[in-house]
This record gives sequence, C-alpha cells and structure tokens, in this order.
Amino acid sequence: MVSVLFFILAGLAIACAVSCVYHKNPLYSAVSLIGVFISLACIYLTLAAPFIAIVQILVYAGAIMVLVVFVIMLLNLDEDKPLTRLRYLFPIGGVLGLVLLAQTLFIFYAVTKTPHTSSEQGNVVGQSMSIGRAMYTEYLLPVEIVGILLLMAIVGAMIMSRRMGEPNLEAVEGSREGGD
Amino acid sequence: MEPGLGSYLALSGILFSIGAVGVIYKRNAIGMFMCIELMLNAVNLSFVAFSRHYGDVTGQLFVFVVMSVAAAEAAVGLGIIITFFRNRLSVDVDDASILKN
Repeated sequence: MVSVLFFILAGLAIACAVSCVYHKNPLYSAVSLIGVFISLACIYLTLAAPFIAIVQILVYAGAIMVLVVFVIMLLNLDEDKPLTRLRYLFPIGGVLGLVLLAQTLFIFYAVTKTPHTSSEQGNVVGQSMSIGRAMYTEYLLPVEIVGILLLMAIVGAMIMSRRMGEPNLEAVEGSREGGD
Repeated sequence: MEPGLGSYLALSGILFSIGAVGVIYKRNAIGMFMCIELMLNAVNLSFVAFSRHYGDVTGQLFVFVVMSVAAAEAAVGLGIIITFFRNRLSVDVDDASILKN
C-alpha cells in the first residue's frame, strides 16, 4: 500500500520536475515546482515526518513560491528567448547530467550496502515534540545561528533591492532635527 | 510493504540530477533559482529518508536548517534579480556580462 503510494508520488514528483525544467515560461515552471513540493510533502508524510511535511508546505509551497511568483508577475517576464549561440553545448549538458545521476545513484547504492543499526524508536522520531526537544537542547547553537542568518538575509534583501544612487537624505535630516 | 531506503535515495538522486541539468539549461535567472530550489528539495528528501532509516531526529533538524537557508537564499536571490532587472531590463544571465572584456 505504502509502496504503491510512494511510486505514484515519485512519478508525480519526477514528472513535475521535468515539466519545471522543460517549460520556457517561468510561470509554468513555478506551478510545476509547486507540484514537486506538494508531492514531496506527501512522501515525507509516508516517511513518518509530519512536522517536516507541514513545514515543507508552509515554507516552500507557501512562502518561497509566492515570492517567486510575485517577482515573475512584478517583472512581467515573457518567455525565454531561443538560444542563439552555444547550441552545440546542449548534448554536453545532457551527458553531464547523466554522469551526475550515475554518480549519485552509485554513492547511494554503496551507502545502502553498509550495515545499519535499525532503530526501535522509529515511530517517535518525527513528531513535533521530539524535534522541538532536540532543537532547544542539543542543537540550540545551530538554531540560534539560523535565526541570525535569517535576520541578516532580511537586512541584506532590503539593502539590495533599495534604489541605489538617490539616498533619501530628507528623512535622515528630518529625524535628526526631530531628535535635537 | 514499505519501500526501502534505496527507493527514496534513487528518487532523490533523480530529482537532484534534473535540477542540475535545469541549472545548466535555463537562461533566465528565475528559472535557475527554481532549479536550485529543486536540488535543495532532493537533498532534503535524502535527509528525511536517512532519518527514518536510522531512527535519528538529527536528519530532520538538518532539513529544518536547509529550509531556513533556502528561505534566506530566496529573499537575497530575488533581491539580486530585481536589482539586475532594474539595471538591464532583462533577467537573462547572458546579459550579465560587465566582467567580460
């Protein structure tokens, strides 16, 4: 039962990923990518990781893809122009992809051959409570670092997308006069 | 019956390769950005599969960190794309050629 579900979801994910790469229109690619995210969230549910599945839906399909679609709409992008040069490099890209796939599968095959210590507490792992406990006891420092990283990303994004070359001096002087 | 670890890792490898080929083939910056998100998701899948296989919660915490970094990357990357579009009126990466010549 789980196996059938897994193969349906895996096929859906791969089809959506190929469609994401294939489509020239960025909006179609974005919608296909949302399909990949949702099928991956369902796979996480079958892997007994409900917390990660919900966060996947919230963060990826919710926040990041809304941001991407927003930027696509804001910039009013049209379709990709046909490639005029470097067309002969297309097969090389495909061959590189195949080599990468073979390497990845070989590494994973070698990993699955290693002896493993299967766990008995498998159904506890993945609940929000165990993740929260690990997050705030054993892995407190990485969580703090991630928080600082997010703060830096917010400030950096605001500074980056500000209109350069015309600093708003009036507001600065106004606040300075107000302070005096 | 449940699919083994190898099936999940194979799916992860396939998705990662599709994303890598997409980064090579795409020419607008937003398409490349979305393919990078696809690659990050493939890595997340293998983390969750290992976490399930070994019964350890560390893999899922790694997924949480990767998602946070992806969100930060989305904010900064889209800021860069908007700035680039403002300067060049295009998001084609071939137009980013100031360092050429």
